[in-house]
Amino acid sequence: MPPPRTRGTALRHRLAELRGPDVPAKALDARALAALAANPGCARRAILDGAGVNKTALASALGSPSAFGQSQFALTRGNAFEAKVKADGGAELLRLVHEKLDRSAEPPADARVPDLTATGPQGRTARTALELREAAAHPGAWTLLDHPMLALDVAGSPAFLEPDAVVVHPDGSWTVVEIKSFPLLDGSADPAKVGAAARQAAVYVLALEEVAVRLAHETAPAPRVRHRILLVCPKDFSNLPAASAVDIRKQRAVTARQLARLTRIEDIADTLPEGTCFSPELPAEELTAAVESVPATYAPECLSACELAFHCRARSRETGAVTSLGRPVRAELGGLATVEDVLAAARGEAGDPDDPAVAALRRAAVLRAEALEAACR
Amino acid sequence: MTTVFDPSAAAAQATDAILHDTLHGTARGVVVDSPPGAGKSTLVVRAALELAEAGRPLMVVAQTNAQVDDLVLRLAEKNPELPVGRLHSSDADPYDKALDGLENVRKSAKAAELAGLAVVISTAAKWAHVKVDEPWRHAIVDEAYQMRSDALLAVAGLFERALFVGDPGQLDPFAIVGSEQWAGLAYDPSASAVTTLLAHNPDLPQHRLPVSWRLPASAAPLVSAAFYPYTPFRSGTGHGDRGLSFAVPSDGSGPDRVIDEAAASGWGLLELPARHTPRTDPEAVQAVAAVVRRLLDRGGAATSERSAAPSPLTADRIAVGTAHRDQAAAVRAALAGLGVPDVVVDTANRLQGREYDVTVVLHPLSGRPDATAFHLETGRLCVLASRHRHACIVVCRAGVSDLLDDYPSTEPVQLGTVVKFPDGWEANHAVLAHLAEHRVVWRP
Amino acid sequence: MSLISTLARLEAVSTGRAQPAATVRHRHLGDHPLVFVPLTTAGEAGAPLGALVGTDRDAPRLLVVPQPRDRDLRFAFLAELADVVLPYIDGYAEAVEAAERTETDPETGKRVKVEVELCADAPQLIVPSRAGIDLVRLLGRSMRFRRTAEQDPEAPYPAPPRVPLLGRWLTHFGERARVPGSSLLLAMTDVLGRHWAIGQSTLEDQHLGALLAWIDPPEGVTGAEAALRAELERDERGQLTCPPAGPATDPAFDNKLLAPAIERYDRARTALAAAEDGLEADDRLGALTAAEREIRDLLLSRTRPTWDAVWRGLDLLRELPEGAHVEERWTRDRWSFTGHRDRVLAGEPPQPRRDDAVTAANKLATREREQARLEAQEALDDPLVMAGRRLAGEAFAGEVTDVVMAYSDGKRPSPRPLVTVRTDDRPQLGERTKVYRSLGGKPQSAEFVAAEEDGACVVLRILDKMGRGKEPEPGSVPEKGDRVCFTLFEHEQRGGAKLPDPEETPWTHGGPPGEALPEAADPVTEEDVL
Repeated sequence: MPPPRTRGTALRHRLAELRGPDVPAKALDARALAALAANPGCARRAILDGAGVNKTALASALGSPSAFGQSQFALTRGNAFEAKVKADGGAELLRLVHEKLDRSAEPPADARVPDLTATGPQGRTARTALELREAAAHPGAWTLLDHPMLALDVAGSPAFLEPDAVVVHPDGSWTVVEIKSFPLLDGSADPAKVGAAARQAAVYVLALEEVAVRLAHETAPAPRVRHRILLVCPKDFSNLPAASAVDIRKQRAVTARQLARLTRIEDIADTLPEGTCFSPELPAEELTAAVESVPATYAPECLSACELAFHCRARSRETGAVTSLGRPVRAELGGLATVEDVLAAARGEAGDPDDPAVAALRRAAVLRAEALEAACR
Repeated sequence: MTTVFDPSAAAAQATDAILHDTLHGTARGVVVDSPPGAGKSTLVVRAALELAEAGRPLMVVAQTNAQVDDLVLRLAEKNPELPVGRLHSSDADPYDKALDGLENVRKSAKAAELAGLAVVISTAAKWAHVKVDEPWRHAIVDEAYQMRSDALLAVAGLFERALFVGDPGQLDPFAIVGSEQWAGLAYDPSASAVTTLLAHNPDLPQHRLPVSWRLPASAAPLVSAAFYPYTPFRSGTGHGDRGLSFAVPSDGSGPDRVIDEAAASGWGLLELPARHTPRTDPEAVQAVAAVVRRLLDRGGAATSERSAAPSPLTADRIAVGTAHRDQAAAVRAALAGLGVPDVVVDTANRLQGREYDVTVVLHPLSGRPDATAFHLETGRLCVLASRHRHACIVVCRAGVSDLLDDYPSTEPVQLGTVVKFPDGWEANHAVLAHLAEHRVVWRP
Repeated sequence: MSLISTLARLEAVSTGRAQPAATVRHRHLGDHPLVFVPLTTAGEAGAPLGALVGTDRDAPRLLVVPQPRDRDLRFAFLAELADVVLPYIDGYAEAVEAAERTETDPETGKRVKVEVELCADAPQLIVPSRAGIDLVRLLGRSMRFRRTAEQDPEAPYPAPPRVPLLGRWLTHFGERARVPGSSLLLAMTDVLGRHWAIGQSTLEDQHLGALLAWIDPPEGVTGAEAALRAELERDERGQLTCPPAGPATDPAFDNKLLAPAIERYDRARTALAAAEDGLEADDRLGALTAAEREIRDLLLSRTRPTWDAVWRGLDLLRELPEGAHVEERWTRDRWSFTGHRDRVLAGEPPQPRRDDAVTAANKLATREREQARLEAQEALDDPLVMAGRRLAGEAFAGEVTDVVMAYSDGKRPSPRPLVTVRTDDRPQLGERTKVYRSLGGKPQSAEFVAAEEDGACVVLRILDKMGRGKEPEPGSVPEKGDRVCFTLFEHEQRGGAKLPDPEETPWTHGGPPGEALPEAADPVTEEDVL
């Protein structure tokens, strides 16, 4: 159930305040999606991404700049590869879609490649929807949408998404295409990177499904959005394209669920003090207080996913949280959550000896000391 | 549906088709998916007897010695005249002593000494060391979904054709070292035997046993929907066919209330206050033990389609399931403390294939500060939630749904591998949502 | 992570210094390891950018690809790498000792002992981090199917002569590194992380500089502070003062320093090509050399700190005494090395792109066996590892409080003494659980009989290693007052079942793969990265 309109508007207004005056909302990009996947339970990440705060700028303003950067070599190479894949009206790309996903269809020839240029993200989104509707009016033809723009309602405000390409098949179904620059070596690729690509594609699929529903009318059902996407990568050590179909049903289900939970950001927003603002223009002290007013659940996985990770890590270490050493560390510690609590329990200075976690810690400490002593002898 | 579902007829039809393909089909393999309690062992015994009757030398491959011994006993029970060979290892106590009492069962550590017998049964590990000049005409591979592809590779040369039987919803086989480099290959040695078999032989006839005779009508729909979304099954019994009653009325305590809830509905959730605990959470362990103690104390009686008279709910009809061995040990100790020495307490791995009237389960995620892939593995939960004929009582701390919501979804994706359903997250939520309707909140 | 290692990490946090995670060294370190510190170009699959390589810590050899997109320069790099690595490997191929191996006689089918050569020692490659091992594999894959002009005169862009051979060797090293406990190719971060508990997460342990800072911080700062500095500190040009161990470079380095330098190099090259006379060419050659020198200096500045860090890591590791079973595992590495040497000498083709079904299953079986062996041996070699097993209930130690002589039933009764051990450990013993202790390096087995005094005393029945006589041999039965340590895991690993030969792959696994065709070389395209 979507929240009532008035509440939605109020939330949008509130989120704009959190961003700061005249700061535009940042799109929910691949990095934000990765951060969501890596730490869905983090309230700080949820509110910042939900409000479209630029976390890179925020991290720098806080004095803990993020370490994400892109080498211009990688950028150049990636762009060159994508251009190559899409050259000649996307002939190679469409050939791969046909070969990997839809062999029974007519091979693509004279595919439609509509122009999607428009002003602003709203304009481009509308343009994309229009061309998708147009494609539905051309059954039997292949259509390639190069860098379409999609909108997805995330916590009451539209997030804009830009897939590398969307292909409309002759049967009217849609396929998301992801073009990546990591190689497909002897048919396999880095599983972590494929996983990230699949999660990214799942978001595009969800956004497309919303568009599809709107296209349905009495005489025609909604176009089908395929749940196998096409991943295009350089083949082996060349820059020739190779492709693989990826089943993203699982990622789609997980992301749909996580996005549904994002409505909680209303609740998070409600807990913030009046006037809280995350604008990077603010002095560092004020900004730190604002960021600290919403709790984070830092884990080391954040380092590779979230711009704010260094800031949160420093805080997490300061408070002595054991999770700064990794989530699994807590598994056997029961209710003990800080380094000092654990060590005090292990030394026998604190903790209930009948608690199995405390008992095991003491035993571990004794055994460890005994072994180290034996080694010294 | 216009016709009334007749479970016996549906099961018989499936069995006939399987036996027909096995005895008269031309394919080299036949695959049978069997959900929990769908009569897999009965099928294996029947197929073995019919193949033997048809004069076809048969080898049977099972995964553990207990499974092998169980099959030998069942075969002998059905046909005491049948000459059966039990091939065993050369370790001490290699087989169940009960086999010594069977006249027509010959036991040996050497395959040559069992040559010529109608049926020879052993574990996959033992078969892997056997060399033959002439392969067996037929084999039955039991628990094929729990067998690793490389184990099948080691024995497949011993037979010409085979019937593969197993439960796809239970725990997958695993390797103790990384095997990513073969992910996506049809013959990935760490995959399940059936996965490899079907990747290379996609046209083999595949069957499914459609009826669970174990799970009651209260459990089959949930287990089917949560763990077998694409291969649903039904319960062989109706809602009125089974009943659980207690002579001693409830004393109003948490354990008694959850027992009554489970007796009435087939499910019970005893929810303890939210708290992060180590695996051997003393309160949860005590709660499990208390429930078992009360199950015994209250003079339970189970009625079912099996007999007209109710049968008493004795210690051997109850089992406790946990995720970890130390939890099982802690529950055993707690039970011993309450004077209950003879209730089976084991991990999901060891409870696979077993059946009880009532099970008490310590939820794998209870009290955990974090969820891991191990705890979310659907097979584990599936095993724990599908061992019972009457009722399943789950003991768990509150807060597991939040834990699931916070679980990161950063699984790597291997190109070329088949996506396995259901997802652990979804299955866990489905079970939790169902259990929530049978919740008894208790502060010990 | 076991509770003991968690505790060690937390102690590291609290003290600001790494804590021991091992009391002995569990990996072999050769006297002359070859250290390899590679860098790659961002965005391209393993395209080499440069490397420091060598066996002399004071004289590393710097290899550079001044323009990573130039095929000839990449080939020159690989050829130079082959010039360093192959003679190093060859140096171990010659010295051999006689050894025995059991083989199946092709005629009789019987298992017979044959005299074979075993290389007396083996080469050892050390890279800074796990990503370095991946790169070794990738380089191996990219080179082993290359064709040289000699192999195929028609081949476009023939590879320099020794490059395919280097590819085969790097592939072998990369594959061997997947075997638990092997030491032919090691990542310094992994080995350090195995021996020290660091006050941060395992994800962060892949940073070599931070790891060393925790283990051996400079005077006056804690390990935690030094590690943070190693991880994040940048100089006035925005460059990390402790460059990443690679093979990936820091984007700030690429964008601010490397890209302009490569551009200057390109311009100098274009200018040289356009030179109209010898004099002009001489000048422009000078400019080109200078541009190349600049790139070399840049890459040296990024690799040298890592190079020094690897050697410092080696120093630290050498301070630990070698574990008792390390030598035995290294012998397996020597067998592995000798085997590959023989395959190369016999003219066998390079390793295929994909394992066949039987090879894959055999490799998995070997690795599982080696993993179990490693876990058992590390525990036997190192009381700290054994402590972890004891805490997990997989072993127990204590004092013998009683020994009662008993005998087996049967015609010739053998000694089966009952030994009572008092222990504070809580082993997971069930009815007749087998347990093992090390007796003169060999495992002696016993079985669990009973627990007494609420588990504080364990009664065992000793089963073997007591000689053939009626009375046990002296010293073969523990005596009252002895300290003993029994494990629930076996000390030695049984060999697995023999799998069919690949040509007898059964129908369940796709049938025989057929005549092995030589693997085709990767098709060469205009813009290959390797």
